[in-house]
Amino acid sequence: MMQHLRVVRSFRLGVKNLMLHPLRSLLTMLGLLFGVGSVIAMLAVGEGASEEALEQIRKLGSRNIILDSVKPAQEEQDTTQQQRVNIYGLLYDDERRINESYPSVVRTVPVKTIRKDGRLGERQKELRIVGTTPDWFRLVRRPLIVGRVITWQDSEEHSAVCLLTEKGARTLLATEHTVGEPIRVGSEVYEVIGIVRSEEGSAGSQTPDLDEDAYIPLSTVRERYGDQDMQRSAGSFQREQVELHHILVEVDRDTRVERTASAIERMLEIFHKKKDYRVRVPLALLKQTEATKRTFNIVLGSIAGISLLVGGIGIMNIMLASVTERTREIGIRRAIGAKQAQIISQFLVETVVLSSVGGLIGIGFGMAVPSVIEYYAGMRTIITGWSILLSLGISVSVGIVFGLYPAYRASRLDPIVALRHE
Amino acid sequence: MIDTRSNPSTVVDTNGPPLVELEDVRKIYQMGTTQVHALAGVSFTFDEGDFLAIMGPSGSGKSTMLNLLGCLDRPTSGRYRLQGVDVGLLDDNALSDLRLRRLGFIFQSFNLIPQLTVQENIELPLYYLGWEAHESAERARELAELVGLGDRVQHRPMELSGGQQQRVAIARSLSNDPAILMADEPTGNLDSATGLQIMELLVSLNREGKTIVMVTHEPDIARFATHRMHMIDGIIDRIEQSEGSEATEGGA
Repeated sequence: MMQHLRVVRSFRLGVKNLMLHPLRSLLTMLGLLFGVGSVIAMLAVGEGASEEALEQIRKLGSRNIILDSVKPAQEEQDTTQQQRVNIYGLLYDDERRINESYPSVVRTVPVKTIRKDGRLGERQKELRIVGTTPDWFRLVRRPLIVGRVITWQDSEEHSAVCLLTEKGARTLLATEHTVGEPIRVGSEVYEVIGIVRSEEGSAGSQTPDLDEDAYIPLSTVRERYGDQDMQRSAGSFQREQVELHHILVEVDRDTRVERTASAIERMLEIFHKKKDYRVRVPLALLKQTEATKRTFNIVLGSIAGISLLVGGIGIMNIMLASVTERTREIGIRRAIGAKQAQIISQFLVETVVLSSVGGLIGIGFGMAVPSVIEYYAGMRTIITGWSILLSLGISVSVGIVFGLYPAYRASRLDPIVALRHE
Repeated sequence: MIDTRSNPSTVVDTNGPPLVELEDVRKIYQMGTTQVHALAGVSFTFDEGDFLAIMGPSGSGKSTMLNLLGCLDRPTSGRYRLQGVDVGLLDDNALSDLRLRRLGFIFQSFNLIPQLTVQENIELPLYYLGWEAHESAERARELAELVGLGDRVQHRPMELSGGQQQRVAIARSLSNDPAILMADEPTGNLDSATGLQIMELLVSLNREGKTIVMVTHEPDIARFATHRMHMIDGIIDRIEQSEGSEATEGGA
């Protein structure tokens, strides 16, 4: 109880002494304020980037490789005026070769996508028709809300069945009772066999599935729509032939993902004259994120380090000035009977109060910065509880480290000399 | 009673050791290449209840004497015992503790801490003694009452007159109930009327049994003491006693 009161009293005294020169105290705090602010901002950006990457990887699957068909750039100029078929992209053979060539590949999923209007009763919505195999649902795991997914039997029988995603289904007013009803896609009719949950707002993200997908066996899609598709671009129709829009590859182990990806890329180079494909490795995102994080840490960490150092030196400077100013007071306290240790603790407490208040303001400042970064740089930021604790710890430590010398100086003053000081 | 015989051990002693006992005490300062003998060997004793005025021209060693008696400094050689404790053997910590528990200080320039209130200034020794806040606050108010400033406890020192500030300083010096009150030119910064009031306060404290050691160069002020020690060149010239004015030779 007594000890507790003494601590409270010495803190009160510290605050009181700092309030004697409010402007000076505030200016002294600035360096620390920015330092602590940078620490908070740095950790928030780093944490946000990691979180984002982890979420992406969770969606994409850490053992997956995603191949996309990409329309080659120079091709467009050749075909603007001509009515000819633009052929590019991944081939059925690519899928087969990848599946057969690598022991580390567990399974491959061919994906063909077409945009068509879907119609259920009165309602109509543009859907992305995804022609794929049942393996899709093993790689892109989404909870099934109702019904069943596509089976190998559907594939073999070229069944006219269709699985809707939640959002697409809702737009079409499809409910649990819709299962079994016919849906019209373009001119074809399919039976709705189920509804799966889709990722929210996955429009800009890199997930293979969208929330407007309708899944149909690949064999059925090939049979009914073929490989050619009419695309309307710049006023003229353009015929495109793309066999597969995506191939999803699952690798047996995390550690083999990158090696397998580069092997696949090398093989594709052999069979494709143009670079009409892209290889994406979700796991590589993590590395990219780590790199971003490192850059941010170096930049903000340097700012933080320099600010903390300069701030600490500023605090030390002011405390040394304060010790000189208050030499008389120190003499009085010593004459009355204060021990050296008590003088040290008085000035240390004062320095720690100064640095902690600076740190607290800095934390407020640091919590504001990430939202600015979020707004202008579009990066996700997360302020964690431990980063605030860490910042407080840094503030207190800076106070102790840079307060020690002034406090020591104060304690070593000869009481007789100090009492005579003007 | 004051005794300046060179061998204090011959004093007939019925109540334990004397309050203060100095034995050939020297204080030598090194000033560049020359040595300054601020105290060139002094011996004397005095007892509880005395009011000793140390007088002498500047440079006579009276301030050094006060610093030494006040345990702010240690003798270069010789022996100083305060209530039987050999001060020369103590380290800084123990010296601080001795000041805290047994001594009170009054200074020429009052030496109150400006950012603290009157009450907080009076409480300061109690804070270092570890008293509980409400107890020390109560004692501070009592002491403020005693020196006639009961209505000023929440004022800052700067809001008080010099005489009032010195009263606060006296209250502070009394808060730890010291064995000796050390007063360094307590009236030096006051006009004569106010100085007289302060002296009257000190005299009344002495009458109530408080031992006081005071440094002054004004004979008018020294008059209030029961004993006057005259110092010249670091030695005790003579000690006079008020009643009967029996003078003794200073020991060297």
